[in-house]
Amino acid sequence: MVSIFLNVGYAWAMMDSPQTQVLKYTTVKAAFWGGVREAAGVPMMIMGASFVGFGTMIKGMEWSVWHALYSTLSTWALPGQIAMAEMAAGGAPLLAIVLAVGFINARLLPMVASMLPHVRRPGVPGWVYYALAMIIAATSWVGVMRRLPDLSADQKLPFLAGFGLLLYCGSPLFTVAGYLLAGTVPLPVTLALVFLNPLYFMVLFLVDMRNPTRVWALAFGAVLGPLTFLIIPDWSLIVTGLIGGTGAWALGRRLKARTTP
Amino acid sequence: MMDTLTSTPVLIITLAAIASYASRGLGALLSGRINPDSAVVDWITCVTYALMAGMVVRMIALPIGALTTTPDWMRLVATLIGLAAFFISRRNVGVGVAAGSLTLAVLTWQAGFA
Repeated sequence: MVSIFLNVGYAWAMMDSPQTQVLKYTTVKAAFWGGVREAAGVPMMIMGASFVGFGTMIKGMEWSVWHALYSTLSTWALPGQIAMAEMAAGGAPLLAIVLAVGFINARLLPMVASMLPHVRRPGVPGWVYYALAMIIAATSWVGVMRRLPDLSADQKLPFLAGFGLLLYCGSPLFTVAGYLLAGTVPLPVTLALVFLNPLYFMVLFLVDMRNPTRVWALAFGAVLGPLTFLIIPDWSLIVTGLIGGTGAWALGRRLKARTTP
Repeated sequence: MMDTLTSTPVLIITLAAIASYASRGLGALLSGRINPDSAVVDWITCVTYALMAGMVVRMIALPIGALTTTPDWMRLVATLIGLAAFFISRRNVGVGVAAGSLTLAVLTWQAGFA
């Protein structure tokens, strides 16, 4: 379900896959609850587990449970939250942290920009779309995008609202659960919970490896990450992203230009 | 004294939240006018991929916090088993993550971590 996190292209491909079930809601209200129901399954489970991991991580940093809650409710984009916590724990300067989070969450821009035109309706005030933008993150984007073709024009907005709101409202509960569990369960369980985060992002990136440019970006990043950490620990992630990412991007463009006449 | 201790995380979290909403707000503003396949979007994705891959490797190989107490080989074995489970289950994210985490729990428990 959360088959992509950062790869916008992959979910477009998913939308072309044959739909097993046509969603037909009789009312707008039913479409909202349909969104809630659809989010309540696998999306909620996977996202929940990763927020448990985030709560555990914040506990390990000796920040308060309120900090964990505040971050989840105000940011609500897990990769950025994990990077923030990881860098803050490592003592990185504030500017480096904000830049890294900004870059990681810049993927939300195309997600929001590509989602909203589908749900736009005449008569809906503009602020509603800015509020909806808050509940668009990778999980809700993939989950709703693939259902849009099955929904009538007036049902898309309530479906997105239901889907995103359930995930948004559930995430603070999982965050707090992770925070509280970390102190009370045996140490091996705590370690397993902390270990959820790197594992989750690692496999998430490996779901879709059809785009060679992305694979190079992963490989360059994997090599540069620890290497730069030994030389310039404070700015290592920013340097890794900019050098590794730009290198992969440039390489991809060069090869593309060569293969297409 | 207490103030300086608690204000720093709040400042970090607040700025991180603003940095995140900036992308969402801008996305709402530009919705319909931005091409998701454009070169700039592609570059942002590449930078993010490299940054996150670097972070994942660092979190496993050179961890900070609770994981520092675990031997390197345990994290390596748990990672490899997680990866194997992920590919065997035809790239099921849940199965891969669960297998890797469980492995680390079992290994540390066997080694007497408590």
